[in-house]
Amino acid sequence: MDSLDINSIDSLSSLFAMLAKLLVVMPGIALLIAALAILMISLFAGRKSEYLTFVLSLATLLGVVFLILLGIKRPDVVLFNGMYVYDELAKLIKLLVCVTVAVIFIYARPYLVSRSHSRPEFYILGLFATLGMLVMASAQNFITIYLGLELLSLCLYALVAYMRDTNDAAEAAIKYFVLGAIASGMLLYGMSIMYGVTGTLSLSEINTYLANVNDLNIGLIFALTFIVVGVAFKFGAVPFHMWVPDVYQGAPTAVTLFIATAPKFAAFVMAIRLLSDGMQELVVDWQQMLMILAVLSLIFGNVIAIAQSHIKRMLAYSAISHIGFVLLGFLSGENFGYASALFYTVIYVLMAAGAFGVLLLLKKNDDTDIDALSEFKGLGKSHPRLAIIMLLVMFSMAGMPLTVGFYAKLYVLQSLVYNNFIWLAILAVIMSIVGAFYYLRVIKYMYFDELEQSLGTQNALVANTVLSINGLLIIGLFIFPNYLLNHCVNAFQ
Amino acid sequence: MFNSLPILSMLIWLPIVGGLLVLAAKKVSIDTARWLSLIIALATLIVSIVLMRGFDSSQYVMQFYEQIPWVDAFNIYYALGVDGISVPLILLTTVITVLVIIAGWEIDRERIAEYLAAFLILEGLMIGVFCALDAILFYTFFEGMLIPMFLIIGMWGGPRRVYATIKFFLYTFFGSVFLLIALIYMYLNTGTFEIAALQLARFNEDQQLFLFLAFFIAFAVKIPMWPVHTWLPDAHVEAPTGGSVVLAAIMLKVGGYGFLRFSIPITPYASNQLAYLVIAVSLIAVVYIGFVALAQRDMKKLIAYSSIAHMGFVTLGFFVIFKLAANNSSYSELALQGGMVQMISHGFISGAMFLCVGVLYDRMHSRQIADYGGVVNSMPKFATFFVIFAMANAGLPGTSGFVGEFMVILASFKANVWFAFLAATTLILGAAYTLWMVKRVVFGEVGNDEVAKLKDVNGREFFCLFVLAIFVLWIGLWPDPLIEMMDASVAHLLYQAQQTNLPL
Repeated sequence: MDSLDINSIDSLSSLFAMLAKLLVVMPGIALLIAALAILMISLFAGRKSEYLTFVLSLATLLGVVFLILLGIKRPDVVLFNGMYVYDELAKLIKLLVCVTVAVIFIYARPYLVSRSHSRPEFYILGLFATLGMLVMASAQNFITIYLGLELLSLCLYALVAYMRDTNDAAEAAIKYFVLGAIASGMLLYGMSIMYGVTGTLSLSEINTYLANVNDLNIGLIFALTFIVVGVAFKFGAVPFHMWVPDVYQGAPTAVTLFIATAPKFAAFVMAIRLLSDGMQELVVDWQQMLMILAVLSLIFGNVIAIAQSHIKRMLAYSAISHIGFVLLGFLSGENFGYASALFYTVIYVLMAAGAFGVLLLLKKNDDTDIDALSEFKGLGKSHPRLAIIMLLVMFSMAGMPLTVGFYAKLYVLQSLVYNNFIWLAILAVIMSIVGAFYYLRVIKYMYFDELEQSLGTQNALVANTVLSINGLLIIGLFIFPNYLLNHCVNAFQ
Repeated sequence: MFNSLPILSMLIWLPIVGGLLVLAAKKVSIDTARWLSLIIALATLIVSIVLMRGFDSSQYVMQFYEQIPWVDAFNIYYALGVDGISVPLILLTTVITVLVIIAGWEIDRERIAEYLAAFLILEGLMIGVFCALDAILFYTFFEGMLIPMFLIIGMWGGPRRVYATIKFFLYTFFGSVFLLIALIYMYLNTGTFEIAALQLARFNEDQQLFLFLAFFIAFAVKIPMWPVHTWLPDAHVEAPTGGSVVLAAIMLKVGGYGFLRFSIPITPYASNQLAYLVIAVSLIAVVYIGFVALAQRDMKKLIAYSSIAHMGFVTLGFFVIFKLAANNSSYSELALQGGMVQMISHGFISGAMFLCVGVLYDRMHSRQIADYGGVVNSMPKFATFFVIFAMANAGLPGTSGFVGEFMVILASFKANVWFAFLAATTLILGAAYTLWMVKRVVFGEVGNDEVAKLKDVNGREFFCLFVLAIFVLWIGLWPDPLIEMMDASVAHLLYQAQQTNLPL
């Protein structure tokens, strides 16, 4: 890895050399410029502005994906005085985030249009949130991490309140904002204590400092604890999960889809940057904290989900339990485990996108959201294609073979057994049996019960096509897993 | 000539892809879907006969071997192969599926294509279990089977189908996750998921006990053994006829097959140490469940309990070999073969019994024994078949039910007289519960007006029962071809069982 010092430009050639290296930052810069441009365009585009924004946002995301792919072969590099890192993990996370956000936009638009709520702000806020996630993916310094995190969080708070005329959304937004602010405060507090102890904000320097410390002082432990709390909040791990069910339920489904998918990558990469890049030396300490978080998340997430009759709330608790699995992979504290957690996150996002995609494309006759699980009754007969997708997602979330969710669980379990956490592995599989119960219940409503109230669908060809591909991927990635798996493994070598 | 073709892949994928085609064919017409599924099932049967003809029963090595790398990161292979233990089970699967398709011809016109497709996909997955040589591939099929069966019971089952199917799913899922952990554990110790390599791997005493218990939970639930059998009666009672047939005839055998592929060869030391546990549980199944069956008022429940008792014989046969002295290896072989014959024979008999109950249920919409009586007066042909199968279920000499039970009892006599004594009570109990049911349903006074108006079996039903009767009598009178097919593989299995696989 070579680093670049911006202050030492003394000739034209070194300027060019710097520009060449800046190419790796291009995706972020391009996204920023495009998002600002779209913001301006949407102001003056008049009546068509919503559709125009949608198309331009998709085009921007595709462009960013293209730019990332352009730099995919470039060697790892650290830029801007160690603020910014460009490595395999960053590339992969950025690609995944951009693709996910594009899919979110495609799923969300028919839903928003049918509720006369498709306004340019949704896409613009989404783009800025994406920018925040890209920054987090490359962060190598407390400042960069916090910057990216806040950019993401503020956009999400605004998105939750997006349908401001509904009480639920307003309530969810306030809860999310207050709790999110406290968590950011915790994180910031931890970071400042860490700065006080180590005298640096750079993650790699912190790690070097920690390597030379023989005994832990109380400050380090405090700093670590607060940082882990901040990370756990962003993941939504028990006991910092209180916001998850309320926000999932209260936010418009399109926004729930957003919160449930792309930010999971951001939370994962933030955890990697902070805990692995920055505090790998303290692995024994944060491992135990994550273990408690993971076990509680698995137990509470799965058990409470059984009692839910509201579909979005059920998916929220299911998300908590999946986060438990991600943390299980993560807590082994070595590359094998990190790769398993990354793979699990990717697969989880794929499944969650499928589940919420189905919810978004269905609509009741009075255009309100699908709330109760029982409204799925007879879906297998009335909408066979959507029901099959939901069926695959549910089996995949339960971790059944023939769906890709199986590999996700297999990988995490392997990392646990590999690190001699056999009891954790047994707890995890027992909890996934508990989890299977409520996933099966969804299938029961769709296929075993008679049709009661017929639901309509959004008439959106693109969204339906993408959703079908999403569903097929759940089986397709089971049969051909190598490409994705190898990329997850390579991200940590 | 056929050895160059990937016959095993064809056996797995033909029904699965065919099942998807049947779903698509629904758009054309119901009849297209029906005939297409029958053609696919028959084609699979023909491929399996080609497999049997090409199979060299004098060798124990895996034949029709196929191997493709599948998941690089975990070293998983798509590896297939068959030996003398799997070939009879594959044939059982293909035969039973054809019959189930024929028997389900008239069911639920609205969703017939989905029904038939589910059975075809299930067939492919079950064949996959019997030829997978990679542990994760095995697990994939082992678990994957649950999905179609879950839908079959839940969509076409009786009034309490939701309870029954979720219980069935969660119970089996519970068992198999421990298998998964055991597989991962072995993988991390040996670096391979290949079953043949795992059978040669050495594990110390504690490891073997841990692995054995994990396998045991998985396969005991699947077989099912007392006391984890309670899902089976519920699932059987609520399942549609075809579901019951496949469940009893094939899916239960997967548990027995697992014991032969995993428990005995991979952990012979632990199997030896814990054989008394398995034997005790098997004998409880034979005796206690026999009494439970006696008390049933629902025909399907009665047959379900009798299945558990009969599967107790299978596990008794498999594990009694550890209680036989080493110089008695001819008896050990007899016990293993007896267990295998019992599996195949029970496949045909229980399938036939459930079909018979299905025939009655289609007409009367009741499974209660008390609602019948004197059926022979209105359905003489049906009564003939029913009595044949009931006799076979009771283990009458000349039927397939006798062969396996006799072999197992003979071998256990050598091991311990009390084993044989308790096992032999099945001859009394089995006869009691089966024949008493026949007496109450088929013979005696005509129970009520509805029974008097019953129509005898139609050509379709006659054909299914006839084919099954042929197999039951064939294995009963001339079991040699079946035994010869598995001879070399059983001998090799016995050799594996006599190792300890402890570290040197």
